Amino acid sequence: MPLKLVPDNTNIGFVRVRYIAFALTLLLTLGSLALLATKGLNLGVDFKGGLTMEVEFAAPPPLDTLRGKVDALGVGTSALQEFGNPKNILIRLPLPEGDQSAVQKVVARVQAGLKADYGDVKFRRVESVSGKVSGELITSGTLAVLASMAAVALFTWFRFEWFFGVSTVVALVHDVIVTLGFFALTQLEFDLNVVAAVLTIIGYSLNDKVVIDDRIRENLRKYRTMDIGPIIDLSVNETLPRTVMTSVTLLAALASMLLLGPDIIFGFTAAMMLGIVIGTYSSVFVSSSLLISLGVKSRAAPVVESRAERVTRR
Amino acid sequence: MLDFPPWKIWTIIGTIVLGFLFAAPNFVSERQAAAIPSFLPQKQLSLGLDLRGGSHLMLEADTNDVRRAKLESLEDTVRSELRQVAGGAVAFTDMSTAGGRLSLVITDPSRLDAAVEALRKVTRPLSGLSGGRDVDVNVVDGNKIVLNETDAGVAQSIDNAMAQAVEVIRKRIDELGTREPTIVRQGANRIVVQVPGLQDPSALKALLGKTAKLEFKMVDVTADPTEAAQGRAPPGSQILQRVEGGISVVKRRAIITGDQLVDSQITSDQNGAPAVSFRFDSTGGRRFAQATQENVGKPFAIILDNKVISDPRINEPILGGSGIISGSYTTATANELAILLRSGKLPVELKVVEERTVGPDLGADSIRAGTIAAIVAVIAVSVLMIATYGRFGVYSVIALVINVTLILGVMSVGGFTLTLPGIAGLVLTIGAAVDANVLINERIREEQRKGRGVIPSVEVGFRDATRTIWDANSLNIIVAVIMFAFGSGPVKGFAVVLSIGIATSVFTAVTVVRLMVSRWLAKGRPAALSI
Repeated sequence: MPLKLVPDNTNIGFVRVRYIAFALTLLLTLGSLALLATKGLNLGVDFKGGLTMEVEFAAPPPLDTLRGKVDALGVGTSALQEFGNPKNILIRLPLPEGDQSAVQKVVARVQAGLKADYGDVKFRRVESVSGKVSGELITSGTLAVLASMAAVALFTWFRFEWFFGVSTVVALVHDVIVTLGFFALTQLEFDLNVVAAVLTIIGYSLNDKVVIDDRIRENLRKYRTMDIGPIIDLSVNETLPRTVMTSVTLLAALASMLLLGPDIIFGFTAAMMLGIVIGTYSSVFVSSSLLISLGVKSRAAPVVESRAERVTRR
Repeated sequence: MLDFPPWKIWTIIGTIVLGFLFAAPNFVSERQAAAIPSFLPQKQLSLGLDLRGGSHLMLEADTNDVRRAKLESLEDTVRSELRQVAGGAVAFTDMSTAGGRLSLVITDPSRLDAAVEALRKVTRPLSGLSGGRDVDVNVVDGNKIVLNETDAGVAQSIDNAMAQAVEVIRKRIDELGTREPTIVRQGANRIVVQVPGLQDPSALKALLGKTAKLEFKMVDVTADPTEAAQGRAPPGSQILQRVEGGISVVKRRAIITGDQLVDSQITSDQNGAPAVSFRFDSTGGRRFAQATQENVGKPFAIILDNKVISDPRINEPILGGSGIISGSYTTATANELAILLRSGKLPVELKVVEERTVGPDLGADSIRAGTIAAIVAVIAVSVLMIATYGRFGVYSVIALVINVTLILGVMSVGGFTLTLPGIAGLVLTIGAAVDANVLINERIREEQRKGRGVIPSVEVGFRDATRTIWDANSLNIIVAVIMFAFGSGPVKGFAVVLSIGIATSVFTAVTVVRLMVSRWLAKGRPAALSI
């Protein structure tokens, strides 16, 4: 007997609980915005500029003593962070002023300082990004997110109808803001990789919505006398096994990446997993029910479909 | 829907076999890959710096520098051109480069037209079809000539300077003997240098950070030292810092520059200390000989990047066109200077604006962790799919394995670079690729519940799901393309794998699975589906 994550012929009233879902969505969005405004994002070296070193120690160093030692080297105020495991420490420093070799001088000084106290340490990676470049990375990252949202809105508008475009983008904005809110809450480092994750979330959250929208359109055509509410419920229920199964396979793949994969992309994977969950939620509970609030009626079947029907009658 | 003519079957099988062949070199060691017979693909995936370790530097040119240098050379050209105007030199006053443009006042208004004509001749047409020139020559207030560089002219000089800079950098890095450096221009005024395996970029930066402009100028012996100490030089002279501290006053005009150098090597001076030898080409050699002949007994300054290295006295004319530069050099610094002089001067100063160095351990760790994660992801997804869809799940898993192989194959043959985010993209694709199968299988289940027979269920399942699969995947391709266009570095690496994965997954999850299903239906003629 095959495994079924969702039983056959479910009939869950998603539309009935839509006001609760809308309220929850609004709450999540506002909460995330508040977190972003108060705590802000823990911007990585990509977006803030500066110097980052990942150092591997022979034994886990106590962070407070280490911070004192690094600060005493006269290379600026450091920020330390455990990275992946207690032996790997991320040391962040302000970008040194001066000529080409300034970065190397700081690295050499830190290296010598740490060697004196901790014996053999390994510099796993060193990254420095100037303020100008980090500013550009912020701009291009923001542009990429906005551009993909716009492209998505246009695509759904042309492929379906304007109200599908609106409901999809509203849900996507929510997905992105909540993901950012998660980063503000956890203070996980927000770097270029996470931007890629956000873009991917847009892509896959969209998959869910397109699949459901496709089904709504199909059912609008099939059951011309049914009200929009039951049609949406029917469509969401019919596609529910697929929605859940796909989210589960995605989460399974990402979970193995999160637990076993390289530490550098921990934040990236975490963002994506959260995004999948949020995206699935917004597809099932928000974007489809939103169609009712946008005034879609079952008789107002999409223009494309009525045209198609005319052709068959001739 | 389920009919496959033989040519289609063979095309599908052929594509898969090709994909496996192209991916195969990645499953053996580098040495074994090289031993593969040459009629088979040998190319392995190229790994990004974050996976193989190495240094990445982004260098930026100050475009104002290029503008300034252009203006200075324009000033020189104008001076010499006005001296050679037909019908006698044109006298002028008030030459100024204030405000980023060159202006001068012609003393004798009757010569104005001759002067303008002569100056128009030194402007150059821009490349392309615009018909514009690099400098505008205009007359204002009756007898004042203003030379303005056009925006297109400036853009072209920056472009030329950057192209030249890339060449110089390539020569310098080659001298370091590093393996497979990547040097590419980025945007209008940036160059990205990636050197795999390089752990300490300081030597590299020392080589890239210096313009290595070598000049020989006469020392101005008439200058008053106290005036000079206050920063005032006699007309036609300038004050330069000395490498060992202090200042020198030298004539502005260079008697010869490093542009005419043909060779430079590390050597030792008469005391056995490290020094740098240089040799000019024949024209440079003649000019050097002439200049030293005319100035026997006087000191001249050897100037590198506007700093005086030494100012030896010319004891006798230097006729051979070669000489040595000595100073307080170690073997390493002398070698570095020799490399710099050999590779020519950078047309513009470059600053490091981004620097990333990854140790080899980290890269190896990332590959190991990434591979394990990918394998576990495949297993987890396989278990889920087979438990849920039985036979159809097995088909999806076969398709998934083919898909991963195809991605590796396409990336190897296409020369795409696999980065750490690329591995993440691969793992994500493993999770997402089965979505197409989930869509199809769920659709078949629905049709089964409606009481349809085996073959109609499968047919409708594939047909109805395909439209949705196309919609969803086109959207994902759009997002991936945008990611590639706007993203930088890691984001691009991720977008590449994602796009390839979307394309191959539609092929494997839809076409390949459909083929397997149709063969099974034709051969097994099952009475019922267990899905």
